[in-house]
Amino acid sequence: MARKISNRRKIIMTVLAWSIGFLIFFPILWTIILSFKTEGDAIKTPLQVLSSHWTFESYALVQERSNYFRHFMNSVIISFGSVILALVIGIPSAWAMAFVPGKGTKNVLMWMLSTKMMPAVGVLIPIYLMFRDWGLLDTRTGLIIVLCLMNLPIVIWMLYTYFKEIPSEILEAARMDGAGLRSEILYVLTPMAVPGIASTLLLNVILSWNEAFWTLNLTAAKAAPLTAFIAAYSSPEGLFYAKLSAASTLAIAPILILGWFSQKQLVRGLTFGAVK
Amino acid sequence: MGQIELKGVTKSFGDVQVIPPLDLHIGEGEFVVFVGPSGCGKSTLLRLIAGLEDVSGGHIEIDGKDATDLPPAKRSLAMVFQSYALYPHMSVRKNIAFPLKMAKADQATIDAKIENAARILNLSDYLHRRPGQLSGGQRQRVAIGRAIVREPAAFLFDEPLSNLDAALRVNMRLEISELHQKLKTTMVYVTHDQVEAMTMADKIVVLHAGVIEQVGSPLELYRSPRNKFVAGFIGSPKMNFVEGAEAAKHNAHTIGIRPEHINVSATEGAWKGTVGVSEHLGSDTFLHVDTEFGLINVRGGGEIDLHAGDDVWLSPDLSQLHKFDAAGLAI
Amino acid sequence: MSTHASRAAARLMISPSVILLFLWMAVPLGMTLWFSFQRYNLLMPGQTGFVGFQNYEYFLTDPAFFTALWNTLFLVGGVLLITIIGGMLLALLLDQAIFGQGIVRVLVIAPFFVMPTVSALVWKNFFFNPVSGIFAYIANFFGFPAYDFLAQAPLLSITLIVAWQWLPFATLILLTALQSLDSEQLEAAEMDGASIFSRFIYIMVPHLSRAATVVILIQTIFLLSTFAEILVTTNGGPGNASTTLTYLVYVQSLLQFDVGGGAAGGIVAVILANIVAIFLMRMIGKNLET
Repeated sequence: MARKISNRRKIIMTVLAWSIGFLIFFPILWTIILSFKTEGDAIKTPLQVLSSHWTFESYALVQERSNYFRHFMNSVIISFGSVILALVIGIPSAWAMAFVPGKGTKNVLMWMLSTKMMPAVGVLIPIYLMFRDWGLLDTRTGLIIVLCLMNLPIVIWMLYTYFKEIPSEILEAARMDGAGLRSEILYVLTPMAVPGIASTLLLNVILSWNEAFWTLNLTAAKAAPLTAFIAAYSSPEGLFYAKLSAASTLAIAPILILGWFSQKQLVRGLTFGAVK
Repeated sequence: MGQIELKGVTKSFGDVQVIPPLDLHIGEGEFVVFVGPSGCGKSTLLRLIAGLEDVSGGHIEIDGKDATDLPPAKRSLAMVFQSYALYPHMSVRKNIAFPLKMAKADQATIDAKIENAARILNLSDYLHRRPGQLSGGQRQRVAIGRAIVREPAAFLFDEPLSNLDAALRVNMRLEISELHQKLKTTMVYVTHDQVEAMTMADKIVVLHAGVIEQVGSPLELYRSPRNKFVAGFIGSPKMNFVEGAEAAKHNAHTIGIRPEHINVSATEGAWKGTVGVSEHLGSDTFLHVDTEFGLINVRGGGEIDLHAGDDVWLSPDLSQLHKFDAAGLAI
Repeated sequence: MSTHASRAAARLMISPSVILLFLWMAVPLGMTLWFSFQRYNLLMPGQTGFVGFQNYEYFLTDPAFFTALWNTLFLVGGVLLITIIGGMLLALLLDQAIFGQGIVRVLVIAPFFVMPTVSALVWKNFFFNPVSGIFAYIANFFGFPAYDFLAQAPLLSITLIVAWQWLPFATLILLTALQSLDSEQLEAAEMDGASIFSRFIYIMVPHLSRAATVVILIQTIFLLSTFAEILVTTNGGPGNASTTLTYLVYVQSLLQFDVGGGAAGGIVAVILANIVAIFLMRMIGKNLET
């Protein structure tokens, strides 16, 4: 039973929490504000920035000069492509481990997780050389493959924890009803697991979208997603604050929105079910 | 159609043998109930018949054909699960249609069969609903509907009523019995509740630790239990057992007498005791009487006016006395 | 609970991911290991051959290695310290009854979804810049000279950026753990006469410790491979002042084209990461049983 909490305490806590929340969010907010300013105004002092006039011109410039849209599409294709591929491979595996567990299941799960622990630099050179030889450098296909394998363990783990919550009797009923394995997974398990599969998709798309080791090292121009597109601003020429802000806002906005929807799944997914 | 024959069937999980070699014949059109305390292997046995588990040894024949290695879908059996196992994302109509879809039936057949099943089970008004919007009893009927449309050789029920409240359970018990009268299809029914077993079965199979203790009609089991376990398990309230000198008088190691076969008198009788607790149900009175042989349960008429602390005399009906030897077998 | 048929099907279903992950792990790692014993420089294609542990010798005795090792420890340790303590305090605050809790939560979580390149550039230009950054403006406002964060304290600055990105993660997990604490436990303790302070120490902290361990281990895994933040802010400099192990391997193999030396560094990084991983796996493995 909730107790009555004194209003004074609640107000103090509210002010404190809102101030801290504002400070943490401020860098993002400031970036958004600067993106609506001219280059000349963007480097002025904060008060002058706020009082200067608002404009969309940076957004137009960003699209015109560096073709934001192409990079955006690269990001979409690479992140969704890699996660959907991982789901196609991962759903049958998670089905097997959740509903036909054997003595080795736990070890397989732990081993899969252990592949995630391998630091990327440890395999950077071979992957780079293989990609060079196979013509996969700077291709979306190449990145989809790498990010799919990067995320596969998390995908399988998340699906596994969601599948475990589906009573196995329902799958047995399907089997009694004459469903083969394909029908069982396609018509019974998958529709029932839609919320879990959706959260898995969401969280892994976010991780892929923000992945900045492989995307930076394996792309140059053609397949470069937004991470690489932004990195190009690290050695700019002339005034660029407003353009950088506009580009950054465009790069993070889609995922920020997806991310806010996936708060709850985030905890569960990234801790492999250890914290729910 | 609908004969099931188990020949030397065994089941082990790892090193633990949960069902030692077991033979059983289930005749066509019979209503067979597997009953026993939890962990006796009755559900495992049902799952073996269904094909959801492999047998470790022996054979299962359905209608004379060896079904031991057939997958569940090919055994022409239908199962109703304890949790109903309805597909939550499908409407009632789609739930019932699912096995027909899997069998690739044409749409006209599917519609006709659904209408028929819905009429039999009073589900016609609910076909568009999702399982989540139905009451427990309605869900149970949907699960049965899904089983009916397959026109299986036999129905398998795995404790189908245990998730329902007491009043509904009595209703569904009747409905399932009526369904059996109507369809005349073989039914194999698992329960831990001996009342369900007694009221519904043509044939009861009493299981204990994976072993069949006795097979017979409800009244056979009630009248002549083969051993102490069956005697104690079938009948409610439980049979009273008395050992020692009193049993020796009847040339037995243990004697058993059902609560309803004991006469109560305030003045005279064979055994003297004191009423511990008396439960007046109106139609019946249950007395828990402390005697020199221990606690004896008595079931008397509703008019008995005895209360805790009263002295009573008990007289067992000697014609209804059950005698057991030291190994617990009936003499 | 299964049949031969379903077990066979399960093996079939599991094999694609097992095979793919095995190849993904074993093949490149095997190649890295092979390269680490070779003289192999992309700029000198003719001179290749087995050199034994020479690459390791060079890598491990290079003063840059020790700097990088220390920098890595500083970065990981610093971020962990800030995020765990800050996250704990924030979680306690957000668990209070406040107006607009949902909105504050959303504000606090936001940095986690910002891609590393963006957050690094935003901090570098809008905040740390000694001329037009906000910190410089604040310093000037109070009459102090501007401080060039990325030149004078590069590692600390990067640590702050990365901590800003991971603080939401720690907060969110600790908050989730806090909210899963049975309030009856706290009430029982209150009935037993425990003060607010002892309730925190004896009930909340033990309850949170598991979540905190998870945070530490998972963050460590990700932090060890911090890359983009360094690449776009300091390029590891000035000198080696902000070069971590990951970045050092990257420089050696992709900028200096010394595949052999880079491979040796990669193997060292793998070994260090595995030490952390073993602890993490134990944690999660235990959790799997309950």
